[in-house]
Amino acid sequence: MRVLLFGRLGDLAGWRERAFEPAPASLSALKALIAAQDAALGAALDGPGVQAAVDRAIVRGETALAAGAEVAFLPPMSGG
Amino acid sequence: MIRLTTEPFDSGAELTAFCAGRTESGAVASFVGIARGDAGATTALELEAYPGFTEAEIGRMAATATTRFALHDVLVVHRHGPIAPGEPIVMVATASAHRREAFEACDYLMDYLKSRAPFWKKEYGPAGPRWVEPTARDLDDIARWD
Repeated sequence: MRVLLFGRLGDLAGWRERAFEPAPASLSALKALIAAQDAALGAALDGPGVQAAVDRAIVRGETALAAGAEVAFLPPMSGG
Repeated sequence: MIRLTTEPFDSGAELTAFCAGRTESGAVASFVGIARGDAGATTALELEAYPGFTEAEIGRMAATATTRFALHDVLVVHRHGPIAPGEPIVMVATASAHRREAFEACDYLMDYLKSRAPFWKKEYGPAGPRWVEPTARDLDDIARWD
């Protein structure tokens, strides 16, 4: 499983892309694993306005994850 | 057409090309967003995109705008990577039969790009780097269309 962090989440973690093997089976399991390794990042993933995308589609709430999934955590967006 | 680029672009040339050959669109509206220096407080910007996802999300919003405003065509050019003050960051152009729809669609697409398009913007300056998040005004602007 490939996990991507964008914006301030990548700066906070010190990484922007990481492989997780074995892959957690759900979004909540992935977040729990990340929080166990880095409590500040774990809290930030549940922070205001942070969305998750699985295989490039926004998901809301609990989601099952395939072993080969690409999971991205997206803080509030700002273009233009 | 939706295009992301890491290179500066020529908004005049883009607009000329967008207008060329139109015999049925009576109106083209355009907007160019330029990186502000804020009197030295911002020395550079860096925009991060999620390649593939960012274009797809902007494409979805352009399709919504096309239906809502009866557009004939839409152009979005958006920079990512490092950007210097004075360089264009974004350009939107809309073509429709009449001007009202073209103006409104341009305004709508820019409000969307400011607060809902997958970009993350970091400003660099004497006070250090800072991630920019949508302002209260940006959120009010997008809420006008809901």
